[in-house]
Amino acid sequence: MSKLQFQPCCNRALLSSLLLAIGSLAAMSAWADATADLPVEIAELNAPPLVPAPITRKTPAKVVVNLTTEEVIREITPGTKYMFWTFGGTVPGRMIRVRQGDTVELHLKNLPSSKVPHNIDLHAVSGPGGGAPQTLIAPGKDATFTFKALNPGLYVYHCATAPVAMHIANGMYGMILVEPEAGMAPVDKEYYVMQGDFYTPGAFGAGGLQPFDMQRSIDENASYILFNGASNSLTGKNALTANVGDKVRLYFGSGGPNVASNFHVIGAIFDKVYTEGGLKYQEQVQTTTVPPGGSTIVEFVPKVPGNLTLVDHALSRAFHKGAIGIMSVSGEEHPEIYSKAATAKAEH
Amino acid sequence: MKTATACFAFVLGCLHAADYVPIAGGTLRTALPLDGETVPVAAFQMRSKPVTNAEFLLFVLANSEWQRRNAPTLYATNAYLSQWRSATDFAPLPPNAPVTNVSWFAASAYCASEGAALPSWTQWEFAAAADAVRTDARHDPAWRAQILGWYEKPSVESLPDVGLHPANIYGVHDLHQLIWEWVDDFNGLFVTVDSRAQGEQKVLETCGAASLSLGDKENYAVLMRIALLAALNGQDSVGSLGFRCVKPAQ
Repeated sequence: MSKLQFQPCCNRALLSSLLLAIGSLAAMSAWADATADLPVEIAELNAPPLVPAPITRKTPAKVVVNLTTEEVIREITPGTKYMFWTFGGTVPGRMIRVRQGDTVELHLKNLPSSKVPHNIDLHAVSGPGGGAPQTLIAPGKDATFTFKALNPGLYVYHCATAPVAMHIANGMYGMILVEPEAGMAPVDKEYYVMQGDFYTPGAFGAGGLQPFDMQRSIDENASYILFNGASNSLTGKNALTANVGDKVRLYFGSGGPNVASNFHVIGAIFDKVYTEGGLKYQEQVQTTTVPPGGSTIVEFVPKVPGNLTLVDHALSRAFHKGAIGIMSVSGEEHPEIYSKAATAKAEH
Repeated sequence: MKTATACFAFVLGCLHAADYVPIAGGTLRTALPLDGETVPVAAFQMRSKPVTNAEFLLFVLANSEWQRRNAPTLYATNAYLSQWRSATDFAPLPPNAPVTNVSWFAASAYCASEGAALPSWTQWEFAAAADAVRTDARHDPAWRAQILGWYEKPSVESLPDVGLHPANIYGVHDLHQLIWEWVDDFNGLFVTVDSRAQGEQKVLETCGAASLSLGDKENYAVLMRIALLAALNGQDSVGSLGFRCVKPAQ
């Protein structure tokens, strides 16, 4: 008969986890008391560029967030496919919206169809690893991690499994918005956009199913620099929309792994830029820099109809590597603000 | 005691005794340098191919406590052999595909039934560093890219047979590009020698710590192996995770 034998390492691990469990029992039960009375909410998670609805609560809640990690093949640009690693099947991953002081119970499930392990590090977490050690899961497994959203702001989350630059380069990032206790001023349109850099052996649009190119990633020599994981995710029928006079707020982040964004909207001036996703804003900004693993909140009002163009203003990225998006603005012309060329010629 | 080498000619076709090939050992530049960048690896023998569904069936027929319905959940979750039609029928999986969805405990017991054991991480890493002509091909970007390519392909419902990839210089097949493999010390890889050194624990779960503790930062394929093993508990079963065994050198 075969025998079941514990290895020496198992005994040691068992003993230390037993001691840990006893040691943290008191702290655990105190925590349970504090969160037991909170109302429980299941987080609404929308695919980008959509944003979850603003929070109307004035008191803390326990927010349950159900996220998956999924490996999916999809077009990175028309005619060329790529195997994306994602949170929830999209790049960026589903945006999470909570309120300062909320307790977040995050459930992460790695789909059985996945090939590799994944986890999540949320920059909104105060604590070592940001949740990564608690959530490292093999394909088919799930994990739960709880944290308190102490600090308001717009924070990036990402996979932190080795080799982490590869997981991020394959699209494993998203954002969590922690609204301040006082809430946020209402606006007419909110959108969610993240920039990321991608590395393939073939050049932009080379065709076929392109694999990840490790050496190009290490060399920071991107083949694609994209908004929301595809060159056409915010163009054509996927263009963002707004009306003349709308207050527009963009939650913009950089997933990286390597390239900082110089975010600019051609044809608009940002009235407010909540620099680096924090609480203070700068006014009257043309272009704002967003580092990998960082964010910004920009607000502006389209003044006339037509297409506004979102770009990384390091413009080779926009016109050769895909970092371009369109906001289609409808409404009444205002020639006193902006005279169209054809009209101007006719008047001469 | 019956062993997995027994011949059930009428049921499965005749299975030959598992083929073990000698590996001379030497000094390994390891991706997990716990006590210096190199570790000595003594000579050993390794199964030339991963354990297959047909081989594992013989094992559970001879050791009924390892059949799906009998294995205690402490040693195997309910994912254990969950793709099999029944506790003693691997259909619809092919007989010569690698057995997967086996827990560490079940894999260890299987190897014991062959008079063998699961390889240590360094034994596996030593054997897997080789290609068809070199004992250490890890510096070759083309070889690394070829292995990395496997991770870009989606998981398939039905794994191909073992032995379809060319053997490496030792005569070992499928160390890459087929399945993940259990190692004996999977849960001891990331523990510091001195457990009091709380601030310097060599953990892989977070990117910063991983970058400090990993020795071969450009061998992404091996880093992913390590990350997967770090994510496992002994009773876990994963559809792409199988195993092979090793024996002491003759």
